Formats: sequence, structure tokens, C-alpha cells
Amino acid sequence: MSRVETGLKRWGRFLVGLPPYGWLVLFFLVPFLIVVKISLSETQVGIPPYLPLLTWTEEAGVQLRLNWANFAMLLSDGLYAFAYVNSLRLAAIATACCLALGYPMAYAIARAPLHLRNPLLMLVALPFWTSFLIRVYAWIGILKTEGLLNTLLLWLGVISEPLQILETDLAVLIGMTYSYLPFMVLPLYATLEKMDLSLLEAAADLGCRPLKAFLAVTLPLSMPGVLAGSLLVFVPAVGEFVIPDLLGGPDTLMIGKVLWAEFFDNRDWPVASAVAVAMLVVLVVPLMAFRHIQNRNEGG
Amino acid sequence: MAQDNPQRKVFAPWNDAAATPMIRIEGVTKRFGDFTAVDNVSLDIHKGEFFSLLGASGCGKTTLLRMLAGFETPTEGRIFIDGADVSLVPPYERPVNMMFQSYALFPHMSVEQNVGFGLRQDGLAKAVIKDKVAALLDLVQMSQFAGRKPHQLSGGQRQRVALARSLAKEPKVLLLDEPLGALDKKLREKTQLELVNIQDRVGITFVMVTHDQDEAMTMSSRIGIMNAGAITQVGTPVEIYEYPTSRYVADFIGAANMFDATVKTCADGRLVAACPELRHDLVVQHEGTLAAGSPVTIIVRPEKMVVQREKPADGMDWASGTIADIAYLGDVSTYHIRLASGHVVQVLQTNLRHTGEQKLTWEDEVFLVWHPANALALTR
Repeated sequence: MSRVETGLKRWGRFLVGLPPYGWLVLFFLVPFLIVVKISLSETQVGIPPYLPLLTWTEEAGVQLRLNWANFAMLLSDGLYAFAYVNSLRLAAIATACCLALGYPMAYAIARAPLHLRNPLLMLVALPFWTSFLIRVYAWIGILKTEGLLNTLLLWLGVISEPLQILETDLAVLIGMTYSYLPFMVLPLYATLEKMDLSLLEAAADLGCRPLKAFLAVTLPLSMPGVLAGSLLVFVPAVGEFVIPDLLGGPDTLMIGKVLWAEFFDNRDWPVASAVAVAMLVVLVVPLMAFRHIQNRNEGG
Repeated sequence: MAQDNPQRKVFAPWNDAAATPMIRIEGVTKRFGDFTAVDNVSLDIHKGEFFSLLGASGCGKTTLLRMLAGFETPTEGRIFIDGADVSLVPPYERPVNMMFQSYALFPHMSVEQNVGFGLRQDGLAKAVIKDKVAALLDLVQMSQFAGRKPHQLSGGQRQRVALARSLAKEPKVLLLDEPLGALDKKLREKTQLELVNIQDRVGITFVMVTHDQDEAMTMSSRIGIMNAGAITQVGTPVEIYEYPTSRYVADFIGAANMFDATVKTCADGRLVAACPELRHDLVVQHEGTLAAGSPVTIIVRPEKMVVQREKPADGMDWASGTIADIAYLGDVSTYHIRLASGHVVQVLQTNLRHTGEQKLTWEDEVFLVWHPANALALTR
């Protein structure tokens, strides 16, 4: 290959890479850096409601003033730590519930007759065609004291007094599990569907009963789907605002709600930004460490 | 002479009426909806045999193998393995292992773990498993790859691991589904002999499904030819090739030149038939009797004919025509000879002499000559 062609190839590769990287830089990295900048500034009453980082005065020239107090407050005020831990806890339980419900669903769809698979997948994705807000509102109608669920249970005689589900963590968990279930089912389906079924025959042939074959072959081979689905549920669930706001009670403290309160109720942009940056660190650092370990295992 | 050697033992348990077969298939039929994949097959396979099920794709050979493995249950009929009725026994309880066409190696396990998988299911001690796996990897010459994952192996190496894994539990019967199908030609030929050697050493009964007749001929003690769900003929490679019992088998195994004829006389091992196509009579050595007037097909293999310019002596069978094509393959040449009827006959000649000069060439008028002992008459 001539040098010109190699050069062209390199240019071609660069041009293909430009839109995705450009998009990420423009709409992810730059906004994130702005948020980081705001998180290090001080509040003021005015527009914008924070002071600039860089100031210029005659005598001192350009001055950079970093205000770490916002982050210090996150550490010192127990409220924030509690909100983070509670968010992680609820998101983890919701992820586990999605996995417990989603795995059998994905498995059943992947093993269903070919002509049924697409209709079944459509049913999984169908809720997306209705507004997310409306679907969460609908759960209020189901879960409230005089709602559908309590009416049904009272009528059946299972309970004698209506259950207080709405405005509890349980309602938030139900809402999150319901809303994020498709994000678990779809990647799981993708890995289970492409699995070579002759592997299960091989396992049976070598003396493995069906349940053991599932544990020894299907489950380990579906781990990429389990991980992908869990991340797709866990990450947005941690920062969830709408579901705890609508279904949770005043005690349901999640970091998304705290962020909203700082931003809109207190108009404290720097603290709100610090909360957002800290959330990213809490989520991204463990994820990156995890990916690193995973890559190393695959390489070895 | 080989025949006089008292050490020479003939392996032919199928001729021993008293022997209990390792596998007995009794009137087995398998239907999928309206489609009959296997149609009333009965077959005995004996201990230590290398039995091949040979047929075109869709003939039911794989379905029959899967019924032996337990992945399919017969719609009708029964299957016995070593005397026990296993027709409804699930695969994980059968004394049978299978080597899959795709190898079906577990991608998340190393070579060692793959080979030891079946042994772990039996709950053997770790040390025992380790020793057995090491011995198996040694048998298939894969010891140095024990720690690799399947995706780090070549096709031939995967094939060896699959073989080792299926042999690990020392099954009574090993089933092989197109075991060499994914290998290239050179490697396949080498592996054919290796597989036969390994079978010889482990002494396990092998049942192989293949669509490759060379493979079946090279490796098998006996071959079962399948067509449209039924077994058409069972026999040793020599029997199948030299004495096919049907036109289908004659045509399927090797090449066959066929002449339709009508019996004139048939007595004392000599059959004379009128062949309208050749406009003269053909003589065939034939045991048994056929009534005059019965239609027969006379079959002559290409290598059993000679091409010559001279008209043959009396007592030989012949046909005449012109050379339409010569396929020179180095060791042999195939002559395609067009008869007066338009029928093209194939003749295979060994290129015995080291010469660039060809005695015969296109459009030459030639005679095809064969001895009556080398032809076969089949009733139509």
C-alpha cells in the first residue's frame, strides 16, 4: 500500500470517529466541565447565582479562586451521605428485583418459538410508547390507600385494613422495578438468544441435569447480559428523581431529590453542582474499576 | 499368504448370530409433525465396531444419531444399549457420549475444564479427574494447550478437545456427528486415521454420521446407507462398494455405469441379458436365478473397465463409443465415452507409464471392455 493510501485511510478513520467523539465532547464533556466549574464557585444573589472562578483586578492580575466548601459540606452534613447511601441501596434492591423478574422473562422469550419472539419483545418495549410520567402516576392510583391494590386485597379478605404502600420506600422500589424492567430484559434477551443450544445438549450428554446445566453453562454465559442490564438499571436508578418524588414519602431521601431541592428550592447552584459531581464520582469510579478488572480477566 | 496366517483374526461380530449387539434399534420411527425423518429403522451395532451412517443431507441419519444420544425420543420402536431399553432415558443418564458437529465446547471453560466436565458431573475426586484429563489430553496430543480457552484454538485443536471430552467418561458408545466436517481436506485425511487408531486403543463402539463417502469407507467397519429415513443397505465398505443391493447405493457410493437389460437366460452362475442400448447381449456372473424376461440393471464400476482400440476377445463384455472428455488427474485419468445411444460412460485408467504422450485422445473410436465377473446385475 502506498503512503498516500495509508494517509487517506488514517483520514477516513479520523472522519468516521469525529461525529461520535465530537458529540460526546460537545454535549457531555463540556457541560460536565461547566458543572465542575460551578461546583467550585461561591453563591451569590444574582444572575447567574454564582461568582466567577477567574477574576481580574488591577493590582493582582488574573486570580483563580477555588471554593472547596461545597464539597466539604457534602462530607460534613450527614444528610448528603445518607441520601447517597439510600439511593445506592434502593437502586441496588431495584436492580436485584429487575434481575429476578427480568431473567426468567428474557429466558422465556429467548426460548420461545421463533415466530413468538418478536411479538413478546414488542410487549416488553410497549410501555415506552406511553409517557413515563403517566405510567408513574398510574402507580399512585394502584398503590394509594383507597387504590386498586388495597381495594382488591380488602375485597379478597387478605387484609382487613388498607396497607400504607404509597409514600414509602416500597412504592419507590415498585416504581423503579416497573420502569426499568425493559432495560434489564432486552440485554439479557440478546445474550440468551445468541447462545448455542448445542452447549446445553453437550452438558446433558456429559451427565448434567437441566438445572445444573443452567447453572454451569447458561448462567455464566449470560453474565455479559446480566452486567449490561444491571448497569442500565442501576445507574439511572441511583439518580432517579421523578419516581421517589411521586411515589416516595417525605422520608424517602434520594440524591436526585436532594439535587432538585438544592437547585430549585434553595437556588444554591454550587452545592447542587457539587452533589452532581459527587454522584458521578460515586458511580463512575467503581464502574471503571470494575471494567478494568473485567478486561484484565478476559485478557488473561 | 495372508489367508493362511492363523494369527489373522477377522473382526466381524455381526456374523455371529449368538452375539448380543451393543446397540439394537428396533423398528424405530421418528416423525416431526407430518414429516417422517426416520422410517421404521432396525439395526444392530456390535461392541467395538466403527459404524457409519452415511447418506445425503436430510436422509434422517442425524435424527437417528440424536435418538441414540437421547436428544430425541422415537415416535415408534425401541432402542437398546447394552441390553437395556433406553428409548425414554434422558441423555444425562445414558452410557453414551456424543461428539458434536460444532464441537459444542464450553466457551467459558479452559480445555482442561471442558475435558473434565463430564467427570465433575460424576462427582469424582479432584485428583482422579486431574489424572484422567491429563491422560486424555495426552491421547489427543493437546497437553500443552490445557489452559487455553476454545477461542484460542484452531479448528483441528478444537476437534481434538471435543474428542477428548466425549471420551472422558469412557462411554459404552461414542456418537460422532460429522466429526471432521469442519476441517480442511489434508487435516481431515490425517485425522481420519488418527480417529480410527484412537478407537482401536480405547475399544469403544463408535457410531459416526457422515455425508462424506470417502470418510465412511476409510474409517468404518460397517456402513449403513440411509435414504429418505430408511436404511437401504448395511455392510462392510467392500460389500457396499462391490455388491450394492440397489441402484441407489450403487450410484451413491462411487461412480457406476448402468445398463438396462432384460434377462434371456440365467443358470449356473451365468446370466445372459439382452441390452437394447448396446444392441448386443451382456454376460454377468450371477448367483441365484432370475426368470427370463425380468428387467435388470447391469452395473460396472469405472475402474473395472479397460479402454482399448481393438475389438475384445470373445468371453468379454464390451461397448463401443467415442471419447468425449478426458479428465487427467495425474495418477489416474477418467475417460468419458459417449456411446451410440448418447449415454456417457465413465472409465478410470491408472496412468501406469511415465510419459507425456497420451495414446488416446478426443473423438477416438474406442471399445470399453470388462470381464463378466466384474459386473453386477440388479433386478429393477
